[in-house]
Amino acid sequence: MSNVGIVIVSHSPLVAEGTADMVRQMVGDEVPLAWCGGNGHGGLGTNVEAIMGAIDKAWSEAGVAILVDLGGAETNSEMAVEMIGEPRSHKIIVCNAPIVEGAVMAATEASGGASLREVVATAHELSPS
Amino acid sequence: MLQLSNERSFDTAGGMETGNAGDMAALNLARLIAAAADTIAAHAEELTALDQAIGDGDHGLNMKRGFEAVRAEAEAFSAKPLPDALKAIGTKLVMTVGGASGPLFGTLFLALGKEISAAPNRANLTAAFGKAIEAVAARGKSQIGQKTLLDVLQPVHDALLQGKTALEIADIADAAAEATVPMKALRGRASFLGDRSIGHMDAGARSTALLVRTIVETLEGQP
Repeated sequence: MSNVGIVIVSHSPLVAEGTADMVRQMVGDEVPLAWCGGNGHGGLGTNVEAIMGAIDKAWSEAGVAILVDLGGAETNSEMAVEMIGEPRSHKIIVCNAPIVEGAVMAATEASGGASLREVVATAHELSPS
Repeated sequence: MLQLSNERSFDTAGGMETGNAGDMAALNLARLIAAAADTIAAHAEELTALDQAIGDGDHGLNMKRGFEAVRAEAEAFSAKPLPDALKAIGTKLVMTVGGASGPLFGTLFLALGKEISAAPNRANLTAAFGKAIEAVAARGKSQIGQKTLLDVLQPVHDALLQGKTALEIADIADAAAEATVPMKALRGRASFLGDRSIGHMDAGARSTALLVRTIVETLEGQP
C-alpha cells in the first residue's frame, strides 16, 4: 500500500476501535489502519508495546500518522516512535489534533494519495493553536 | 561501584574482597533494584491516592507493576555492565509502567544508561544525571516549576553538584516533593484542573523522592 497509514491511540479501546470504525466508513481499505487502547492489563491507559504493534500493522513506506487522545497517549506514542528507531522513525508523526476528527480527516486525505506532510497538516488544521 | 565522593565511597561492600568491578556492580545493582521495588510497593497506595486527587489515579499501581517487572529480571540486569543495565531497566519501565510515567521514568534510566560510565565517580554520575534530566524534560515537554518529577530531579542534581552528602540529598528530594504542593500543574492530567491542582503533592515528584532516598540510603548501607 502506497498511501500513508493511520494509527489511532486512545486510553480507551472502545474509543480507539470506534474511531477506527468511523475511519473505515470514510475510506474503506484504501488506507492502512490500526488502533490500540488500554493499558494492556484491562484498564484505561496506553501501552508502548501495543503502539509499536499498531505502527507495524499500519506501516506504509509513505509513512504513518498517529492520532492520540490525552497526554499519556502522546508521550507513549513518541516513546514508541523513538524505540522503533531510524530509519522508520523519520516517517512517523504524532499529530496534534482531536482524535476522532483528526483520524477521519487525516485518513480521507491519505486515501487520495497525499504525502505524510499533507496528511499531518490536514489533521493539524483542526487544532486551535 | 558508585562513588559519590572521592573521599567517601557509597560502596557498601566494606569488608568484602574488592574482586573485579563487574561483580561488585552486579551485587549492588541487584540490591538497589530490590530496595527500589520494595519502596514502590510499600508506597503504592499512597502514590495512587496522590494521583487520584489531581490525576487519573493509576500512578501507584503503574509504578508497582513496572518495578516488580524490573525486580523479576534483576539478576539478568545486574549481570550487565552498568550502562547496559540502566538501559535495560529503562526499557522495561517504558514497556510495563504505562501512563505518562512509563516513558518519563523509562527515559530517565535510558538516558542515564547512555551517559554514565561503567564505573562512575561522582562527577560522571552528576553529569550523566544532568543529561538524563534534560531527556525527561524533552520527553514530557516540561520545565522546572510545572509540578512534575523534574521539580525533584533538578534539586537532586544541584545537590550532587554541590557535594551534598547522601542523606542531605535524600532530605532535599523530600523537601522538593513537598514544594510541589503549592505549585499549579502545567503538564499532564493535573493541568486540566488548573488552580484546583494547587494544594496537592505531585505523585511523580513523590515517587521520585522515594526512589532517591531509597537509592542513596541503600548505597550508604542504611536501612
